[in-house]
Amino acid sequence: MSLLVVQILNGLQLGVLLFLIAAGLTLVFGVMNFINLAHGVQYMLGAYLAVMFYAITGSSFLALVFALLASLAFGLFLEFVVFRHLYERDHLDQVIATFGIILFLNQAVKYVWGAAPLSLPIPEFFSGSVVLMQGLTYPIWRLVIIASGLAVALLLYVLVSRTRLGMLVRAGANNAPMVSALGVDIRRLFMVVFGFGTMLAGFAGIMIAPILSVEPGMGDTILILAFVVIVIGGIGSIRGAFVAALLIGLADTLGRSFSVDILRLVMAPSPARTVGPAIASMLIYLMMALVLYFRPTGLFPTKGR
Amino acid sequence: MTAPSAPAPALRYRASMPVRELLPIAIFLGFALFPLAAAFGAETYLLDLFMRVMIFAIAALGLDLLVGYGALVSFGHAAFIGIGAYAVGILAAHGIADMSISLPVALIAATLFAYLTGAICLRTSGVYFIMITLAFGQMAYFFASSLAPYGGDDGLTLHARSTLFGLSPFKHERLFYYIVLACLIGCYCLCRALVVSRFGRVFRGIRENATRMATLGFEIRRYQLAAYAISGALGGLAGFLLANATDFVSPAYMSWQRSGELIIMIILGGLGTLHGAIIGALAYMLLGEWLSGLTENWHMIFGPLLVLIVLLARGGLLGLAAQLRSRIRG
Amino acid sequence: MAEAVLRLESLHKSFGGLTVTSNVTFEVAAGELHAVIGPNGAGKTTLINQISGLIAPDSGRIFFAGRDVTDLSAPARAALGLARSFQITSILPGFSAIENVALAVQARTGSSFRFFGRASGEEALNMPALAALDEVGLAARANVLAGHLSHGEKRALELAIALAMEPKLLLLDEPMAGAGREESQHLIAALSRLKGRFPILLVEHDMTAVFALADRISVLIYGQILTCGTPEAVRADPQVIAAYLGEEME
Repeated sequence: MSLLVVQILNGLQLGVLLFLIAAGLTLVFGVMNFINLAHGVQYMLGAYLAVMFYAITGSSFLALVFALLASLAFGLFLEFVVFRHLYERDHLDQVIATFGIILFLNQAVKYVWGAAPLSLPIPEFFSGSVVLMQGLTYPIWRLVIIASGLAVALLLYVLVSRTRLGMLVRAGANNAPMVSALGVDIRRLFMVVFGFGTMLAGFAGIMIAPILSVEPGMGDTILILAFVVIVIGGIGSIRGAFVAALLIGLADTLGRSFSVDILRLVMAPSPARTVGPAIASMLIYLMMALVLYFRPTGLFPTKGR
Repeated sequence: MTAPSAPAPALRYRASMPVRELLPIAIFLGFALFPLAAAFGAETYLLDLFMRVMIFAIAALGLDLLVGYGALVSFGHAAFIGIGAYAVGILAAHGIADMSISLPVALIAATLFAYLTGAICLRTSGVYFIMITLAFGQMAYFFASSLAPYGGDDGLTLHARSTLFGLSPFKHERLFYYIVLACLIGCYCLCRALVVSRFGRVFRGIRENATRMATLGFEIRRYQLAAYAISGALGGLAGFLLANATDFVSPAYMSWQRSGELIIMIILGGLGTLHGAIIGALAYMLLGEWLSGLTENWHMIFGPLLVLIVLLARGGLLGLAAQLRSRIRG
Repeated sequence: MAEAVLRLESLHKSFGGLTVTSNVTFEVAAGELHAVIGPNGAGKTTLINQISGLIAPDSGRIFFAGRDVTDLSAPARAALGLARSFQITSILPGFSAIENVALAVQARTGSSFRFFGRASGEEALNMPALAALDEVGLAARANVLAGHLSHGEKRALELAIALAMEPKLLLLDEPMAGAGREESQHLIAALSRLKGRFPILLVEHDMTAVFALADRISVLIYGQILTCGTPEAVRADPQVIAAYLGEEME
C-alpha cells in the first residue's frame, strides 16, 4: 500500500517535470509552428548551470536565480541566432537544424564539464524526508518539485486565461497569421513565448538536478517523453500538456513498478518477468498510438479553422 | 486528408536529363571500382566502411521514397533496419543461419511492422505523423532492449554470417561487398521504376494536392500505406545486410538518433531524387568518419554544419552542385 | 420523368453554433444545367463539399445516380462518376497539363497499383487526356507544367480534368471566379457546349453566366433554399430580388 502511494507521488513528480518541459514545447509549437528538438538540451543546460552557479556561489538560492537567468539568456540567444530563421521553414528543416543543435550542445557540455555525471546537493532547508503516514516517509525535495510544478501550472493558467498577453498567446496558437494581421508585433510575441518556454525547461532542469545525475544527453530521453505529452495533449494546449503530462508520468511510473505484478494475475511468473518490463517501457507509446488513433489531433486540439 | 506538415520545400531539386541518367551510373561505377583502390590502403577497414555506406543508402532510398516523393516525414525509419537485423539475430540464436529463411523473415517482419504501424500513423498528418512514427520507432527500440534472451540492451553477437544452402558468400569480404552493391543497384532500379509507374504517379500526386487526388477517385491512404510498407521492406533488407556486415545486432540500430541520421542523409544529398539518398549516405558517413578522426569533439563541428546546411544549402548537395553549375555557366 | 441524377434530402450542417446548411432539399435532373446562386457566406461551397464528400453532413441524405452515397468517401463518389472543380484552382502544379488530365483518366481505367511501366507513356491514358484538353482549348499547352499556366488556363485545365472523368454529374464551384471578361466568355462558351452531354450543378456568382446557361436556378440564402425555378421565374421573384438579386443586378 505504502509502495503504491510512493509510486503515485513519484508519478506525480515525473508528471510535473514533464509538464514544465512540455508547456514550453507546446507553446512554441502552437504559436510559432516550430518543432524545437533542442528543448531537451535547454533542460540539460539548466541543470548544468545550476551545478556551476552552486560551485561559484555556494548558495542554493543564488544558484537557482542565476541559473534561471542564464537559461533564459541562452535561450534567447539561440532564438536570435538560429531559431528565428527557421520559423518560415518546413518542419523537416526545423527537425534537422535543431537536431544539429542537440549534437553540438551535448558535445559542448561534455567538452566544458567533462563526461562524468555531476551532482548537486539538495538545498538544506528542503533536505531529508517527511513522514506522510504510518510507515511511509517521502523526500521533502520531491514534494517541493511537485508543489512548484503545480504552482507554475496555476501561474500559467492565470497568465493564459486572465491576462491580455495570455489571450494573444491563445490567439496565436489558434491562428498566428491572423494575430499578426491584426497588428500585434508577432516577433515580440514569439520572443516572449520562446523565452518563457526556455525558462520553464531550464527551471525543470534546475529542480531535478539535486536528485538526478547531471550528464550529457540527459535531455534526450525526456525530450521524447515531452513530445509524447504534447502530442497526446494536443499541440498548443497548455491544459492538454498538463493533463497528458500527469497521465504519462503516472502511467510510466506505475507501469514500471507494477507491470510484472499486474501481469502475474494473468500469466505465470517467469514470462511475466520478461514481458512486464517490455510492456512497461512501451506503455506510453502504446498510449500515444491509441489516443492518436481515436483523436488524430490530440485530446485538446487548438488549431482553429 | 493527409497533407505536408508545412509549405513544401520551396526548391525541389530537379536534375536536367543527362545528369539524372549519368550521375547514378557514375556513383555505382565508383562503388564498383572502389575495392581496387582500397587494396592500396587499409582494405578491410575501407571495404567495411563503404559496405555500411551502401547498406544505409538502401535504407535511405526507402526513406526518400516516403519523404521526398510523398512528403511523409517518418522519424522512426531506423526501426525497420533494426527489425531486419533482429530477424537475423534471433534466428541465428536458435540455430537458423540460412538466408533462404532469414532474408524472407527479415523482409516480411519489416513489411508487416510497416503495414500495421503505417495503418495507424497515416490517420494523422503533419507533425502528429512525425511524432507517431517516432513513437513506434521508440516502441521497437524499447521492445528490443527488453529482450533479455537476445542480449537486451547489450545486443547480440553473431557468430557466423548468413549462409546460402551451405555456402558462405558473406564470408569473403569482396564478394559480400559486391553482393551489397548488387542489392543497392537493384533497390535503386526498383525505386526508379516505382516512381514513374502508375502507382508512383498517384503517390506523387497525393503530395502535390491530396484533395484533388481524392476527388479524382484515389483512396489516399491505400497508396500511402503501400509506399510505407515498401519503404519498410527496404529498411528490412538493409537491416539483414547490416547484421551480417557487423556481426552484431543491437537496439541501438533503432534509436531515434539513427532515424534522425537517416533523415539527415536524404536531406544532405538532395531530397526527392533517389540518387541524392545514396550521395547523402556517402557524404554523411564519410564526413563522420573524417571528423571523428580529427577530434573527439567532432559533434561540435558537425552540429553547426547541419544547421548551416539546412539554412543555406537548399536541395542538399545536389542542389548546391546545380547552383554552382548554373553560376559557372553565367 | 427521368430519375434525378442528384437528390439531396434535408441536408443539415452546422459548425459550432453556426448553421451553414439548413434543411436543404433539391435535385438535379438528368441532362439539366442547374445553377445555385446566393450571396457570399450563403454556404454554397460547404454544400458542394458535402455533395462531393469532403465534408460529412450532420443529418440528411444524398442520393447520386440512384444510390445513397451519404456514407461514401469522396474517392468512392468520384469513382461513381461525381466530378468537381474547385473555387480556388486545385490542380497538380508540378505535373504537366496532360499528366494532370491523364491522372483523371487513370483513376477510372484499371488499377493504379501497378508498380512497373512508365505511366506518362501510356497512350491509352494520354489519348483521352489530349482529347479533353482539346475540348477546353489547351491542347497546345499539353506539355507545359500546370504551375506555369496562366490563371485562365488553369481554370480550363480544371474543367478538362473533370471532363476526363467522364462524369455522371459535374459539380462546378464558381468556375468564373477571378476570370476576366474574355476568359468568362470562353468559359461560358465551353460550358454551353457541354450542356446536355451531362448534368451540371453550377455554383456561380456571375449572373451573366448563370442566366445564359441555367435550365433551373436554386437560390441559397443563409444555408436555406429560398426558391427553385426557371431563370425567368427566379429573376422575377420578389423574394429573391429583395434578398439577393436586388444588389447584384443594377
